[in-house]
Amino acid sequence: MISLEFILQSVDRWLRDRLGHEVAVAVEYVLVGLFVILFFAVLGLVLVFMERKVSAWMQVRLGPNRVGPGGTLQTLADTIKLVSKEGLTPAGADRFLFNLAPVLMIVVSMLLLAPIAFARNVQLWDINIGVLYVSAISSVSVLAVLIAGWSSNNKYSLLGAMRSGAQIVSYELSAGLSVLTIVVLSGSLQVSQIIEAQQTGWWLFRGHVPVLVAMIIYLIAVTAETNRAPFDLAEAESELTAGFHTEYSGMRFALFFLAEYANVFVASAIGAILFLGGWMPLHLGNWDAFNRIMDWIPSSIWFFAKTFFFIFVIMWFRWTFPRLRIDQLLELEWKYLLPLGIVNLLVATTIAVAGWYF
Amino acid sequence: MNASLETTLQSVLAAAPVPVQLTAGSQWPELVVAPDDWPTLAPFLRDHAELRLDFMFCLTCVDWKTHLTMVYHLNNSSCERVVVVKSVLDRQQPRVASVANIWRTAEFHEREVYELFGVHFVGHPDLRLLILPEGWEGRNPLRKDFEDPVNMIRL
Amino acid sequence: MFKEVLAEDQDCLTLNVGPQHPSTHGVLHLVITLKGETILRVDPHLGYIHRSIEKMCESLSYRQFIYVTSRMDYLSAHINNHGCALCVEKALQIEVPQRAQVIRVLMDELTRIASHVLWWGAMAMDVGAITPFFHAFREREMINEIMEETCGARLTMNYMVPGGVMYDLHPNFQRRVKQFISFFKSKLNEYDELLTDNIIFKQRTQHIGVLRREDAISFGATGPVGRGSGWACDVRKRAPYECYHQLQFEQVVEQAGDCYARYLVRMGEMRQSLSIIEQLIDNIPSGDYQAKTKAVLKLPKGEYYSRVETARGEFGVYIVSDGGTTPYRIKFRSPGFSNLSALDHMSRGHKIGDLVAIMGSLDLVIPDIDR
Repeated sequence: MISLEFILQSVDRWLRDRLGHEVAVAVEYVLVGLFVILFFAVLGLVLVFMERKVSAWMQVRLGPNRVGPGGTLQTLADTIKLVSKEGLTPAGADRFLFNLAPVLMIVVSMLLLAPIAFARNVQLWDINIGVLYVSAISSVSVLAVLIAGWSSNNKYSLLGAMRSGAQIVSYELSAGLSVLTIVVLSGSLQVSQIIEAQQTGWWLFRGHVPVLVAMIIYLIAVTAETNRAPFDLAEAESELTAGFHTEYSGMRFALFFLAEYANVFVASAIGAILFLGGWMPLHLGNWDAFNRIMDWIPSSIWFFAKTFFFIFVIMWFRWTFPRLRIDQLLELEWKYLLPLGIVNLLVATTIAVAGWYF
Repeated sequence: MNASLETTLQSVLAAAPVPVQLTAGSQWPELVVAPDDWPTLAPFLRDHAELRLDFMFCLTCVDWKTHLTMVYHLNNSSCERVVVVKSVLDRQQPRVASVANIWRTAEFHEREVYELFGVHFVGHPDLRLLILPEGWEGRNPLRKDFEDPVNMIRL
Repeated sequence: MFKEVLAEDQDCLTLNVGPQHPSTHGVLHLVITLKGETILRVDPHLGYIHRSIEKMCESLSYRQFIYVTSRMDYLSAHINNHGCALCVEKALQIEVPQRAQVIRVLMDELTRIASHVLWWGAMAMDVGAITPFFHAFREREMINEIMEETCGARLTMNYMVPGGVMYDLHPNFQRRVKQFISFFKSKLNEYDELLTDNIIFKQRTQHIGVLRREDAISFGATGPVGRGSGWACDVRKRAPYECYHQLQFEQVVEQAGDCYARYLVRMGEMRQSLSIIEQLIDNIPSGDYQAKTKAVLKLPKGEYYSRVETARGEFGVYIVSDGGTTPYRIKFRSPGFSNLSALDHMSRGHKIGDLVAIMGSLDLVIPDIDR
């Protein structure tokens, strides 16, 4: 059967046979780098198109439908426009930091791809503290936002960046706590082992209410962390025009834009790995026939289906809810989500220690 | 109803602190008051138990070429009791007391009249141009002798 | 360029909101003084779309000047035209035929619904929900099509003329309005589901921008803003014009005075307008749609004032005539101008996000304010 794992192993073997171990590894590094960049480009195109179609569907309109079949090439056309646009730097801006911010933002999103398991045994880097790595790296993105807001020499950008700083730092806690719930249950920080632990069933089904609660908190927290509506206070179009990226144009704006979607993808992928078993197919108890059919579906399809389900939910949020105010946003985190997350973690730990999960 | 309002006004104005001239008006009873007496009359009209003209729905000015007339349309907030107050101002040095502290809506309306007619409102909290851009002080577009060769087209 | 507001405190930040800003809905310029995110002061600078309509009207005849008023509050164009026509009719003592009166009221109420529907979408967008805007436009489009059929225009109708209306109703009018009524009733419930009971929306609007009743009166804040503060200020009830005194409808009044109260007032008014249309749509009397008037109108010397209730509040037309064919002086009392003057009072001490919600709940139309 042709799977992603099989293809990659064949490529690896072919390279090793031709070039020897050291050179093959070097070539593979380059290939992985190219893959990440290419993946990002495709991801941006797909997700932007998906967002526009989803929003159009919710807003009783058609969405892009002119460029290419069914409008599929619209985002490509937009990308070409953005690339060919002039990137302005406002007078009085800190040139170095102003140019650094979008690059930092996109680099952070790219780094986050490393521990994600796209299919069975397909992972860029199975680091033994994978989940911790994701939490640590994703908090660097707040730096990029703060730099962008500060260096723009624009009051709207500054207000947006300050909001974003408060917001991301706060919601990091809740996201971390809900991730910990799964770590406690799985007994590992390593992504591959977390997925292995869900061999007999996804944590969402096995972990009782605490995992469900953790998943809801996780979804809310990552929506806030990725600055998506209803928590898009850093951009807050109707209040701060475009918040921290008000002054950006052309490709530098496109990098922010791309990073937002990449972050949504990474957050959804981590969510799928933690709560829905990543690439692990759906298995139901002793129904062997059913389980075999499920196994027959390639693991990469499982992974992307789950991830896109989460992405859809996050988009659904965006096109349904009004935006919160900054104090209400922080209130929600510190007064409700964080205490709930702590109690939830305690309950989950009890369950894990006593072995009460299925 | 108009007649009863007029009789009420007659009795009320007999006790007014300043001399007021009452006429029937074309639509609503009209009071004519000297600009100097207006700041005394305004709170009286607003607070008088029988009138309570606490809702100023219009404030404007008319340029009669020889003089300016300030026109205030007052009403009671809970029932229809419209009274029009007029005050004749000198066209060269138009000055009248501001009523922005009595009817707060007057703050914006007086700023508008200030820039369009050049009426100076004494005691206005913040008498600046509102609609016109800076540099228009002293040029009052709604006066009859205003000429703007660029932007005005005579039909 | 503008006189800077001198902050008492060096920590204050002066922020220009507008003239180009997504939530000022036009070219309104607010200079706000902030401390952190808290608003200390809002100073509106108007005039970016000032056309001096009052001056223009001084050289237009009594038939022509009505067209200009469509360009003021363009979302209540019919009602503005109506106010002007009423004023001229009052001066000339023209008796408007029954049919014309009913047509006028029907058009006014359709306009009110169209305006409130658009406001509903814009208000939702101001607080960050984008989807309602598109839903609102779907319903508004139906009204616009009805208007287009009868009046020949979608936005600046110029349908009301002194003595009645310009043309008779289109044969499709009744059928399409009935279609709209049944369609819109279900959609109103959908609006409630989507936004009215949404907890985030409630948090964003309740206890925000509170305007007490006495302040509303003092600021002359009429329309849904005044009624949201518990002040029954509907001109249709206070000083009925046309056939409003024969109609059954409630004046929607809320006591809270916050953004949510103003929201509820407008939602209630849409239902009331629907009920008015339902009462009239099957009872349009036959007869003339326009009274016979002279080709050139000359108003007798004097002063005339007429008031109507637009979607935004009390709209007044004050005509001073010297007996000629053009007005000597015209003053338009626009509701938005007075409502805007309360903005500073309402938004002090709130956050930037609240300012946007308050502006949304005031339903500002900038050409109406600038004139």
